[in-house]
Amino acid sequence: MSFIKELSSYAIPALIFVILSAGIYKGVKVYDVFLEGAKEGITTVLRIIPPLVGLMVAVGVFRASGALDLLVFAVRPAADFLRIPTEALPMVFLRPISGSASLAMLSDIFKMYGPDSFVGRLASTFMGSTETIFYTLAVYFGVVGIKNIRHTLAAALIADFAGVIAAVWICTKVFGG
Amino acid sequence: MVYCPKSSHIHYLVLIRLNGACAVLNYIWFVMLVTGFVVGIMNGRVDEITQAVVDSSKNAVEISIGLLGIMCLWTGLMEVAEKSGIVRSIAKTVRPVMEFLFPGIPKGHPASGAIVMNLVANFLGLGNAATPLGIKAMNELQKLNPDKDTATDEMSMFLVLNTSCIQFIPATIIALRASFGSKNPAEVIGTIWVASICAFITGIVAAKTLSYFFKGKSQAKKRFENKTGRGRA
Repeated sequence: MSFIKELSSYAIPALIFVILSAGIYKGVKVYDVFLEGAKEGITTVLRIIPPLVGLMVAVGVFRASGALDLLVFAVRPAADFLRIPTEALPMVFLRPISGSASLAMLSDIFKMYGPDSFVGRLASTFMGSTETIFYTLAVYFGVVGIKNIRHTLAAALIADFAGVIAAVWICTKVFGG
Repeated sequence: MVYCPKSSHIHYLVLIRLNGACAVLNYIWFVMLVTGFVVGIMNGRVDEITQAVVDSSKNAVEISIGLLGIMCLWTGLMEVAEKSGIVRSIAKTVRPVMEFLFPGIPKGHPASGAIVMNLVANFLGLGNAATPLGIKAMNELQKLNPDKDTATDEMSMFLVLNTSCIQFIPATIIALRASFGSKNPAEVIGTIWVASICAFITGIVAAKTLSYFFKGKSQAKKRFENKTGRGRA
């Protein structure tokens, strides 16, 4: 499984190389275009701030009050059954519901356990391998006015669940747990 | 995460629908805070709660600022990728797979182009480019839909692929890990790929299989017509 670690280290440099080469090949003014796009990064981050403040306060209060411990205690049997560390389990519930809420939860996990702990790495993998299902379905079906979505939600949740199980399996293999 | 698209027309459409979509979050946010207060009072942790409110809001801004550098670098690179036509060339190579996944779309129909472009944009993490393309794909699919209230197999498949799509470089996560002092922020890329691919394949199988069990009116009718040899011909 060490090649998975290798893949991770090469992914970013390789992608940057490919993008810039393709740009030069197509005659794109790569640096000018880069600057143009980089500005968008600022607005993207600024847009994250309000939801992140709101949700991190909620997560912070939830943890400080001891409510999170209660929740973790309540879901422990399910977590043990699926072999998910209970600390990472709240991510599993929040991820399909809200991107910002799960980002807030991920930050909270990083703060508590560190990004390089097993829980931190697993939560990162949860975060990256699934999407916000409810929101996406609501937006896309809403735009065209579909009311009967049939099996879409079920299939999306099944895929999400498979991603969670796979994440636990691969993280245990690669990082040990 | 879904970002707002550039085009102002689509922008409004999304915002209008968004209010409905985010309604759940209103409840979740409220429940988390109220449960926190109640449990906190019972545990005698009122001071800790106050501290958490102050600290968390400060943290949220610090974290966001910590993301700025990598996010700027990334959106900049992605702008170059978009201008170099990488999306288009990847879309061309995966076209045969699309015909298997979306048998109901006639050859050369604009729906398949929009779907592929949306998925490739998602794959590259081009949030801004992906949303308008996805909306275009849904509009095109709706034109092919005989029953305007009910999702077609193609719509379901598209959205399942969209929500379980592999992200080549999960930039936000890497940035967040870096801002928390990870020794190797990118080390989760490989595990994210593996987990995503499992979710993606499961999604395809689930969407294909479940579509037989959840027949809408028009799908049931079409099937009946196909069986009895009546119908469009």
